[in-house]
Amino acid sequence: MSNIPSELKYVASHEWIRVEGDGTVTIGVTDHAQDLLGDVVFVELPEVGSEVATGDESGVVESVKAASDVYAPLSGEVVAINEELEDSPELVNSDPYGDGWFFKLKLSDSDELNELLDAEAYNDLCESEA
Amino acid sequence: MGNKTALYDKHQEMGAKLVDFGGWDMPIHYGSQVDEHHRVRQAAGMFDVSHMTVVDVTGTDAKEYLRYLLANDVAKLQEKGKALYSGMLNEDGGVIDDLIVYLMTEPGVSGEWFRIVVNCATREKDLRWMSDSTASFDDVALTEQPDLAMIAIQGPQAISLAKQAVSPSRANLIEQLSVFQGLESEGWFIARTGYTGEDGLEIMLPEEDAADFWQKLADAGVSPCGLGARDTLRLEAGMNLYGADMDEKVSPLAANMGWTIAWEPENRNFIGREALQKQREAGVSEKLVGLVMESRGVLRAHQKVIVEGVGEGEITSGTFSPTLGCAIAMARVPAATADSAEVDIRGKQVPVRVIRPSFVRNGAKVFD
Repeated sequence: MSNIPSELKYVASHEWIRVEGDGTVTIGVTDHAQDLLGDVVFVELPEVGSEVATGDESGVVESVKAASDVYAPLSGEVVAINEELEDSPELVNSDPYGDGWFFKLKLSDSDELNELLDAEAYNDLCESEA
Repeated sequence: MGNKTALYDKHQEMGAKLVDFGGWDMPIHYGSQVDEHHRVRQAAGMFDVSHMTVVDVTGTDAKEYLRYLLANDVAKLQEKGKALYSGMLNEDGGVIDDLIVYLMTEPGVSGEWFRIVVNCATREKDLRWMSDSTASFDDVALTEQPDLAMIAIQGPQAISLAKQAVSPSRANLIEQLSVFQGLESEGWFIARTGYTGEDGLEIMLPEEDAADFWQKLADAGVSPCGLGARDTLRLEAGMNLYGADMDEKVSPLAANMGWTIAWEPENRNFIGREALQKQREAGVSEKLVGLVMESRGVLRAHQKVIVEGVGEGEITSGTFSPTLGCAIAMARVPAATADSAEVDIRGKQVPVRVIRPSFVRNGAKVFD
């Protein structure tokens, strides 16, 4: 069974969201997603300063097996990206909720947080897809 | 649930992720496909390839039958155990399958017989084709060997570690094998062949011996590897994958398999010869090449290849090369393609180099 930390929020496209409490969120892909992808070899991230809207394609993860789009789970401005992933994309596999984070957003509409799934709902979703 | 090989329980015990492969539950990896790939290039890895189909060809017409069935010529096999890679073609010259054939006896003796290994996904059509093709021969028998397990051990340390995991007489045989030769020892057929571009062995053995041998190999330090690594390894080695790089609609001349067609002697009639000869005279419009992409990203099968001023082609197999650290591919392109092209990756045209389709051999890059 994959690891689904209870303190994080999720979306059905397998991104996780950590609410930082200062109007920003950190985003990555879940353990379940990295397991499906297999060895990650490239990550393409949005540019710092760009605006994204919920559901936008805002990056690509390429594994040996497949390319997979990364969707913005919320709307806002990209305030940081994980530059470590350029040289060490394997962090997405080894530490998906830690060093393998993707980017940080400054939220434009914090009400959108209410739309996110909690760990239990995300777990149910993964099980229903299995 | 799919078919299970004799090693199914071992795979589960060793943490394999199992996927359906041609109706078989096979390990795709045991944690990391890339790590397994590196183990084979740098040390030794083992693969369960028991899903592959083994057919023994016996009878007094066995040799003449195979000289008719295959585009390569088994008369080239002049030493006991020697192996030959060949395409099995249809009348139009399309590739029904690619295979390895071993001469199991001394050449030229009576009772000369052969062992063929064909792909798993093509098993039924291959067996039907092989059987139908015996019609004009009086004495040929085809006997499938479904009860044999097959383990490939590959990498620079494969031979030395495998010797530690077998009986003294088998170790002795392994020491004597030349490249592309397989011989029998105490009921096991041990061949110095493979599908990775490294030295190594492919061993066919009774199913009941397989799990114990697999464990002994693991204890000797051979890493279990899945079919994922097998695919990136064979692609780096520039070896075709049936169904991806060629199939019944593709001529071997357009699949980098020209070297496997034995045109001489001219009076040997093999299935597809006439069609191939016509193609050769008319000129083949496409070729299979290697692509190397130096920018970030991964080349994938079915991406479009654009050759300026020449035309378009398609990637047949693509991947990220763990050994080279960049994307590589095999592609079928117009014959006039020179040394550069572009690949359409999600709407962006990315430049690639065009090379002979061989990227890595014996752990090292093989192109300039």
